[in-house]
Amino acid sequence: MKSSQFKDLTSTLAPLMRDNVDTDQIIPARFLTATDKKGFGMRLFMDLRYEDDGFTPKPDFVLNQKKYKSAKILLAHENFGCGSSREHAPWAIIGAGFTAVIAVSFADIFKNNSAKNGLLLVELPREVIDAMHADVEKNPKEKASINLEKQTLTWKKQAHTFAINPFVKKCLMEGLDDIGYTLSFAKEIKSFENTRDQA
Amino acid sequence: MAKAKTETTSKATKKTLYEKLWDAHVVREAKGEPTILYIDLHLIHEVTTPQAFTGLHNRKLPVRRTDLTIATMDHSVPSANRKKLPWPDVMAQKQVEMLAKNCKKHGITLYGLDSEHQGIVHVIGPELGITQPGKTIVCGDSHTSTHGAFGALAFGIGTSEVEHVLATQCLLQNKTKTMAITVNGSLKPGVYSKDIILRIIHELGIGGGTGYTFEYRGSAIRALSMEARMSICNMSIEAGARAGIIAPDQTTIDYLEKRVKFKNDGRLQVPTMDRSAEKKQAIAKWLSWQSDEGAKFDEELIIDAATIEPMVTWGTNPGMSVGISQKIPKEENEDIKKALEYMGLKGGQMMRGQKIDYVFFGSCTNSRIEDLRIEANILKGKKIAPGVTVFAVPGSFEVKKQAEAEGLHKIFLDAGCEWREAGCSMCIGMNGDLVPSGKYCASTSNRNFIGRQGRGARTLLMSPAMAAVAAILGAVGDSRDYIKI
Repeated sequence: MKSSQFKDLTSTLAPLMRDNVDTDQIIPARFLTATDKKGFGMRLFMDLRYEDDGFTPKPDFVLNQKKYKSAKILLAHENFGCGSSREHAPWAIIGAGFTAVIAVSFADIFKNNSAKNGLLLVELPREVIDAMHADVEKNPKEKASINLEKQTLTWKKQAHTFAINPFVKKCLMEGLDDIGYTLSFAKEIKSFENTRDQA
Repeated sequence: MAKAKTETTSKATKKTLYEKLWDAHVVREAKGEPTILYIDLHLIHEVTTPQAFTGLHNRKLPVRRTDLTIATMDHSVPSANRKKLPWPDVMAQKQVEMLAKNCKKHGITLYGLDSEHQGIVHVIGPELGITQPGKTIVCGDSHTSTHGAFGALAFGIGTSEVEHVLATQCLLQNKTKTMAITVNGSLKPGVYSKDIILRIIHELGIGGGTGYTFEYRGSAIRALSMEARMSICNMSIEAGARAGIIAPDQTTIDYLEKRVKFKNDGRLQVPTMDRSAEKKQAIAKWLSWQSDEGAKFDEELIIDAATIEPMVTWGTNPGMSVGISQKIPKEENEDIKKALEYMGLKGGQMMRGQKIDYVFFGSCTNSRIEDLRIEANILKGKKIAPGVTVFAVPGSFEVKKQAEAEGLHKIFLDAGCEWREAGCSMCIGMNGDLVPSGKYCASTSNRNFIGRQGRGARTLLMSPAMAAVAAILGAVGDSRDYIKI
């Protein structure tokens, strides 16, 4: 059973210039009673995106602006995805059509959850991210290109290299199924259990 | 050369508690690949498991270790009238029913709404005596770090990882760095463990612990009860840490002795252990989970407990807090400006005297018996301020029962509070317990994020004592003024 693969892309960016965007903002808890993975995209950033009535778009919010509509990459800032462990956060981001998020840093559990769903997280130095935010504001049509194999993000003709855990990279490129991977070590697990259960 | 070798040896032999816990659970390690780590206890609840069980079903896989998996219902359950069906939120009801169905299908022990062990997952684990030193414990909930108070390696996971653990009883993990957080000295009267952790998060910032596992130590930590230690470990995630650990000591053993059942003869009754050989052996093993003297941490934060005062948050994350005698920051940057705007507060103001509309006593941070005792002690013989709504929500059925046996519920009720049934309640706006938009809530919970307690709700995080004081005053006060001897 393969997991979702990441496909290299060139896209405009949707800028979200806020630090510490927590998963309660990404997808409010009241939508977590769903029992499948579908439908979270329309709830992404729900309370930032809509007025109290839940359907009137707030015109100043980035996802409601026409110029960012076709963006497949979210440009965030520092400590994106902090707070609750809800995997509904990456489900919502993917559901809304994004395949990558770029930021100065990401929270730990959000990072794990994103990797499991084929959502690429790109961490770049603050000055690069700040410059990208400034550039996007000036020219929303500017496109970024991501090459996962080479671990580069190209912006305004300049290629920025990003770090990624080699196993996460392999999973994203090949759509490797990690439960299948772990179960390929069934013998080692059994042996650990035998010792453990006797203790 | 010789010197270098000695250093390598000494580094290899002196390990932190985190490294010991890690090493003891390695199933497989290989360069360039994540470590396969064995999980001793998997706690599950209704919100983060439905999709995991569906995944398991699609793979036609069984639950590998039902004996190491325990389920309860806490997040989306109403805290009142829950026996009356249908619930106002039909989706929540469906979610809870799905958990029951999945547990039945796979043979997993479930402490459902009719069980006397039902409660918040991080309250019942320790209560049942299944949270123990030396274990790896995971749950699809970021506050799983709570269990670290017992010297266990405990952390929150997402739904894909829940599925992974159900299928394999293992997780793919990369080692974190380590940070010692040393709290020396003693707390002043009227200052509590919640104030310690709020101060720590304030110092580190909410991303300051990302990539780390904390070990809390020092005399102020040692002096705390297990309940108070759990409140600290619980909020490790609020500084971004993977986990937070406290090495076991006699306080830990005293707690465990009342709760752990030896031999595999029904782990759910909790009779006192006898002084058997097995017990002695277990205690010795539990106490052995310590960082070696001189073990190297990647970072250390040192705090003098005497400098900690009652803390209260003013902003929209748990790091945005202030000591009660201090002024909150002015609008010096965009983040602060946005936070103050949401909170309806003015930069440079004092939090003392800030009017509140709601009080929430509860959550996996502060809903244990000791928390209720502290609150009741302050509320005794008093009334809550007019116009204030107060929810007192015990963390578990057992906590509720204990509180009622001690007559605490009468104090809450006489004061004018609502006495509710166990669950996450007003900490997370998904079970009907909500703070209305624009209203202020003095809350003993863990997150003051935008919309966390309901759309537009304004959360002020504080200790149980501070929240009880706020209930009486209808405004933020100072718990040090309410010390009873």
